[in-house]
Amino acid sequence: MKKIEYAEILINDKIADDIYSMTLFSPFIAKEAKAGQFVEVYTGLGEHILPRPISISEIDSQNGKITLVYQIVGKGTEYFSKCPIGDLIKIMGPCGNGFEIKKNAKKHILVGGGIGIPPLVQLCRDIKGKAVVFLGAKSNPVLTDKFRKLGAEVYIASDDGSIGFKGNVVELMKEIKPEGDMVYSCGPKIMLKFLAQWAKENNIPVQVSMEERMACGIGACVGCAVKIRKKGESDWQNLKVCKDGPVFMGDEVMWDE
Amino acid sequence: MSNINTEVNICGVVMKNPVTTASGTFGSGREFSEFVDLNKLGAVTVKGVASEPWKGNNAPRIAEVYGGMLNSVGLQNPGAEYFINNDIPFLRQFDTKIIVNICGHSIEEYCKAAEMLSDSDVDLFELNISCPNVSQGGITFGTVPSMAEKVVSEVKKHCKKPLIVKLTPNVTDITEIARAAVSGGADGLSLINTLLGMKIDIKRRKPVLFNKVGGFSGPAVKPVAVRMVYQVCKAVDVPVIGMGGISNYEDAIEFIMAGATAVAVGTANFNNPFATAEVVEGIEKYMIENSIKDLSEIRGIID
Ligand SMILES: Cc1cc2nc3c(=O)[nH]c(=O)nc-3n(C[C@H](O)[C@H](O)[C@H](O)COP(=O)(O)OP(=O)(O)OC[C@H]3O[C@@H](n4cnc5c(N)ncnc54)[C@H](O)[C@@H]3O)c2cc1C
Ligand code: FES
Repeated sequence: MKKIEYAEILINDKIADDIYSMTLFSPFIAKEAKAGQFVEVYTGLGEHILPRPISISEIDSQNGKITLVYQIVGKGTEYFSKCPIGDLIKIMGPCGNGFEIKKNAKKHILVGGGIGIPPLVQLCRDIKGKAVVFLGAKSNPVLTDKFRKLGAEVYIASDDGSIGFKGNVVELMKEIKPEGDMVYSCGPKIMLKFLAQWAKENNIPVQVSMEERMACGIGACVGCAVKIRKKGESDWQNLKVCKDGPVFMGDEVMWDE
Repeated sequence: MSNINTEVNICGVVMKNPVTTASGTFGSGREFSEFVDLNKLGAVTVKGVASEPWKGNNAPRIAEVYGGMLNSVGLQNPGAEYFINNDIPFLRQFDTKIIVNICGHSIEEYCKAAEMLSDSDVDLFELNISCPNVSQGGITFGTVPSMAEKVVSEVKKHCKKPLIVKLTPNVTDITEIARAAVSGGADGLSLINTLLGMKIDIKRRKPVLFNKVGGFSGPAVKPVAVRMVYQVCKAVDVPVIGMGGISNYEDAIEFIMAGATAVAVGTANFNNPFATAEVVEGIEKYMIENSIKDLSEIRGIID
C-alpha cells in the first residue's frame, strides 16, 4: 500500500557540503516503510513535473517520522534544501522493494558509497546479528557516527585519502577481508559492479540498490529499466527499478549492458 | 448532479464520462488503482500491447524538460497473451471501458495482435501508428498517408472491435494523415501522440536518453495538441479522443470545445496520481456551474 502524504518538515539541516538531512512527519509512510525503500518527493515547482526518488534513511514508526538524506545535484534537490521547517511537502511512498534481511545470519556486511550511504542506516538498525560496515566517498563519507552508535564495526575509505583508507571501499574490503552471510549495498553503479564481483569471488550473496531515472515511481510507465538475468534463466529482461527494485541480487544484474 | 449527463459515445461504446488515460502513462491501471477508484473513469486506455513481448530500449529512458518530459521506453510490453490473461481480468472488476492500445513493427504484427485481442473482453482498439515500419527502413507508419491508410485498412480486416487510430503530431499536415486513417476505415481518432524531442546533458556532453531522442509530453505540449485536435475535428467526421498535456478539467474542456468527444490524461498522472479522478470531478462541477446538461452543448463550439 502506498499513499500520498503532505508531510510536515520537522528538520532540514545541512550535514555536509551540499548534503541535507530532512526529517518529516509522515505517519502512514513511517508505519509502512522498511529499510531500502524510497519515497517520491514532489518539487512544487510548476515547470518540474516529475517527483524525485529519495531513499528513506531512517524510520521512526512510533513517532510517525522518516528521515531523508539528500545531495543537491539539480533544481529539485536545491528546492528541497530551501524548504522551511513547518512547511508541508508532498511525498508518495513507500516505494520499491527494500532490502531483504537474511534470517539467522551471523554476520552482515553493509557497503555504502557517497549518497548511497543513507538507506543503510535504517538497515543497520534493523539487523539483528553483527554488522560490518564499509563506507566510502570522494573525501568524507556521511553519517559514519550513526553506524558506530549502532554498535557496528565501521571501516572508512575516501578517494582522496582525507579520511581513513585512501581508495575505494571495494579496495578496502580486499584488505580487511570481511566475512559474512550477506552483503547489502547502495552507491554509484561502478562501485556496485566491483562489489558484485568481489562478492562472487568470495561466495557471498550481495543485494545492490540501483538508481535509474523515473517518471511514475510505482511501476506503471516502465521508464526505469534495468537489465536483469534471473538465476537459471537464459534470457534477460528489463525490470523496473521503482517496483521490482531498487534492490536486486548483484549476480543477476547485467552490469556491462 | 442528476440533471447533468456526462456520458459520451465513442464509436458506439458509451463511456460514463469523457475521461480516459493516455496509453503508457497508466500501465493497466493496477498501480494507479491504489490512488484512483477506476470505477470513476470513463475508460482505461492501457499501455501498448504487441503480439509478442517487446523488451524496449536501453536506459535512461526518461528525461525531464521544461514543462514536460521525454520518454524512450520503446513500448516495452509483455505481449498480448500476458495482457489477456492478467490485465483484462483485473480491469473487468471495475465499471469502466477498456481501450487496448496496439503496436507493431510491421503490418503483419499489427494484424496478429488485433486478431489475438479481438476475441478478448475489451471495448475498443487504439492503433498506435507511431511505431517504426521495419520493412520500410524504420519510417514511422503514421507519417506517410499511404502507409497509414494501408496499415489501418489491413488491421480493420482482422479486428472485431471499433478501431481508433492514434495519430503522431510529427507530420507537416495532421489533417492529411487523419483523412488517410479515416479512409482506411478508422472508426475514431486519438491525438496527439508525443512530439519528438531531445535533451543534451551539457556536463557529460551527451544526450540524456540512451536512445538520443524521445517523445515529448506534458503541459508544455498542450497548445500544439489543442490546435491539432481542432484542425482534425474540422477535417473529418469521426469521434476524436483529445490528449496532450491535460492536467486539469480546464484543459479537458478546452479539448472538448476544440471538438474532442473524449479526453485522455497522460503525463499529469506522474505529477499527480489523482489527476484522472480530479478531471472527472472538475468536468462535473464545470457543467453544473455553467448549466450544461450534456457535453454536446460545448463540443466543437469553436468555429
Ligand atoms: C531509488 C532511488 C533512491 C535515491 N535515493 C537518494 C537519496 O537517498 N539521496 C539523494 O541525494 N539522492 C537519491 N537518489 C538520487 C535522486 O533521485 C536524484 O539526485 C534527484 O532526483 C535529482 O533531482 P534534481 O532535480 O536535483 O536534479 P536534476 O538533474 O535537475 O533532475 C532532472 C531529472 O533527472 C532525475 N535524476 C537526476 N539524477 C538522478 C539520479 N541519480 N537518479 C534518478 N533520477 C535522477 C530527476 O529525478 C529529474 O527527473 C535516489 C535515486 C533513486 C532512483
Ligand atoms: S518509474 Fe514508472 S515504472 Fe518505474
